[in-house]
Amino acid sequence: MEQQAPVLEVRRVTKRFPGVLALDDISFELRPGEVHALVGENGAGKSTLIKVITGVYRPDEGQILFQGEEVSFSEPRESQEAGISTIYQEVNLIPLLSVAQNVFLGREPRGRLGLIDRDRMNREADEILKRYGIRADVTAPLRSLGLGVQQMVAIARAISVDARAVIMDEPTSSLEAREVETLFGVIRQLRQEGVGVIYVSHRLDELYEICDRVTVLRDGRVAHTGELAELSRLQLIAHMLGRELADVQKEGATGFGEEHETAEEPVLQAQGLTQHPRLREVSLTVHPGEVVGLAGLLGAGRSETAKAIFGAEPVDSGSLKVGGEEVKMGSPAAAIKAGIAFLPEDRKSEGIIPDLSVKENIVAAALPRLARAGLVSEKAQDELVEEFMQSLGIKASSPDQPVRELSGGNQQKVLLARWLCMNPKVLILDEPTRGIDVGAKAEIQKLVDDLAVKGLGVILISSELDEMTEGSDRVVALRDGAVVGLLSEDEITEGNLMELLAHGEDSGNGAKENGRDADG
Amino acid sequence: MARGAAADKSFDVSTATSWVRGRGVYVAFVVLVIFNLIVTPNFASVVTLSTLLITVSPIILVSLGVALAIGTEGIDLSVGSVMALASAFLPLYLGYGWPVAVLVVLLVGALAGLVNGSLVAFVGVQPIIATLALLVGGRGLAQIFAGGQSLPITDPTVLWLGQGRLFGIPAPVILAAAAVLVVGFLVNRTTFGRYVVAVGGNRSASFLSGHPVRRTLLAVYVISALLAALAGIVATARLGASDPSNIGLLIELSAITAVVVGGTPLSGGRVKIMGTVMGALLIQLITNTFIANDLPFTWAQVLTAAIILVAVYLQKGRGTA
Repeated sequence: MEQQAPVLEVRRVTKRFPGVLALDDISFELRPGEVHALVGENGAGKSTLIKVITGVYRPDEGQILFQGEEVSFSEPRESQEAGISTIYQEVNLIPLLSVAQNVFLGREPRGRLGLIDRDRMNREADEILKRYGIRADVTAPLRSLGLGVQQMVAIARAISVDARAVIMDEPTSSLEAREVETLFGVIRQLRQEGVGVIYVSHRLDELYEICDRVTVLRDGRVAHTGELAELSRLQLIAHMLGRELADVQKEGATGFGEEHETAEEPVLQAQGLTQHPRLREVSLTVHPGEVVGLAGLLGAGRSETAKAIFGAEPVDSGSLKVGGEEVKMGSPAAAIKAGIAFLPEDRKSEGIIPDLSVKENIVAAALPRLARAGLVSEKAQDELVEEFMQSLGIKASSPDQPVRELSGGNQQKVLLARWLCMNPKVLILDEPTRGIDVGAKAEIQKLVDDLAVKGLGVILISSELDEMTEGSDRVVALRDGAVVGLLSEDEITEGNLMELLAHGEDSGNGAKENGRDADG
Repeated sequence: MARGAAADKSFDVSTATSWVRGRGVYVAFVVLVIFNLIVTPNFASVVTLSTLLITVSPIILVSLGVALAIGTEGIDLSVGSVMALASAFLPLYLGYGWPVAVLVVLLVGALAGLVNGSLVAFVGVQPIIATLALLVGGRGLAQIFAGGQSLPITDPTVLWLGQGRLFGIPAPVILAAAAVLVVGFLVNRTTFGRYVVAVGGNRSASFLSGHPVRRTLLAVYVISALLAALAGIVATARLGASDPSNIGLLIELSAITAVVVGGTPLSGGRVKIMGTVMGALLIQLITNTFIANDLPFTWAQVLTAAIILVAVYLQKGRGTA
């Protein structure tokens, strides 16, 4: 593969959205016959880049060249017809149609009278699947197959259109280990045929197994591009998180992170939380006054752990105790009653109720306590709202202003108020400072510190390393849905943390080479 | 603080549009009343007013329930068929006295609501499909139970519900007004009302705040069906006979129109009770205006359609604003 002309080239592309520079002067090359990993944390610009390539978005500046010619796709169909196929995380096919019908959807082979030639269609579909080592009955309805095979069919469909470039966006997120092997077989076959593959995944093991080169995006820019084999895991993670390895040992200075006195008895004990295939035997304890950081890369199972503890997602097994008392799993109402509060990662879709007022949003969780016989006490409500708007410094024109009109930082404070007014014992914060301005961020970090000093147990999830290392008294590192290491007090440095995320051993099931998807 | 300035500016625009959005139905109603005062002979009379209010009462009753369903980002298409069921059952148990008959009808209504609500809340069927089933099947069932015939109502108490007056106010109007007060109270003063708008505004957030999402949905569809059953009783009593083939026919469309025109967004998250009442009055007044002036009724439908489009258009700006 010595410097062939790239099959796909992105030249100095910039894409802006209102208030956000999503792609900032990005250049990217996909060579024929290479598997090119595209990695980056949330908001790095991976999805935007893919959407610009496939014609969902138009770049504001820059060019896209496909097979040496400048192209300008105005919709995904055009890029697909040109020879760029995209396979999305979720299967985008029609469940009730047969495998063959799905493979040829929209371009069925025609016989006499323009009717669909069913035999030829089945025969050709069978050939395509066989070529890539996919075993499936082409006449069976798609939905009768496992999710993994469905994904394979989607891939077969994508590559059977003579694609020269194939984009795979987290193709393994719903696959089992065996299916991943089949997928890798398909990818190797594609590589031999000279097809360029862009491979998006958060699973380092997979990247190192299948990819030739890597491009790391961070904050809409290319942070690194080069041969993957020349890059250690630690270096790769350092690029993703925006750290120079040399600087890693230095302490940051966000003012976040007093040491907290912690009591002996844990306030929260989660045991063996398992949720196939995303969590395996995750256990953690939180003491009063302690901030426990949940660290991990995207997709490591941090939010899933938080949601499992809060009862927002059902678990297959595991138990939870708060203050020594067993808490029913799978019910946020039960978790709230036990004294757990949860600030979700996605403020917009899971936090605020946009059209309701600041007041109504603040008291959302406290409603049962503010009401007698189902009647909301306006007085108790107004007092509570006033107290927390003041103590958290929520800036709104009035308590009746719709919460959607507030800035991100103020919305986040409204959500914090929603939980703090419950006097929780444990507060779970999932990315509490994402997408809010620097001032509000510092305020929220300060607030978390103060709360911990007063004896609140906190579980903190943050993709920002300094927030994590400085804010936490103890860190639990997750990888591929299992706990891979613990750090406490002085051990909590960015270097140690990245080391864990890169190489940490799977403590749940013993060390496994390919530490994913065990049957725990 | 450039950010603050920008927010202020957009706030002005949004207040202007939300003023129109919130009050458009009142403005339209007032305009139409003035138009009638000038054009329609004998418009300003007690008879005209009382006819308008009596005709609109069943619509208001079902609209309140539909408004709750729409507030949860759902819909209830089955209200007309529930009215038909009520009409079919009302004469069947009158032999045991009017309280038994009315109670049976309300139980039938509650059962219909439980079916709708269970499908939506527990099975996870989309509300439009869940209630469509009862819209289609309910009227058929009603005709089966009624044995395909219209039975006369002779019980004076039941007849009073449709034809009587208290202090000169028609009984259907009293019932509708009472329902408006009760539902308005539920929406504005109780935890249930908060749950309704929270579920409709952001179901995940509501669930994560510990709200009983499923129970709330179930209750909404039961209340809606109960109100529809009550509307069925009133309509039947007014007619003096059961008529499961015609009672409540297409009323779901009037109800949805009233709710949407009244400012409750189809995307849920808000319930406008007074707006809904005004919406119902507005569409009824449009019909009455055309009839009173001997205008072709088809044009009343066109005008109603135009008003729906304007109402939905005004709501469109929401969310993106």
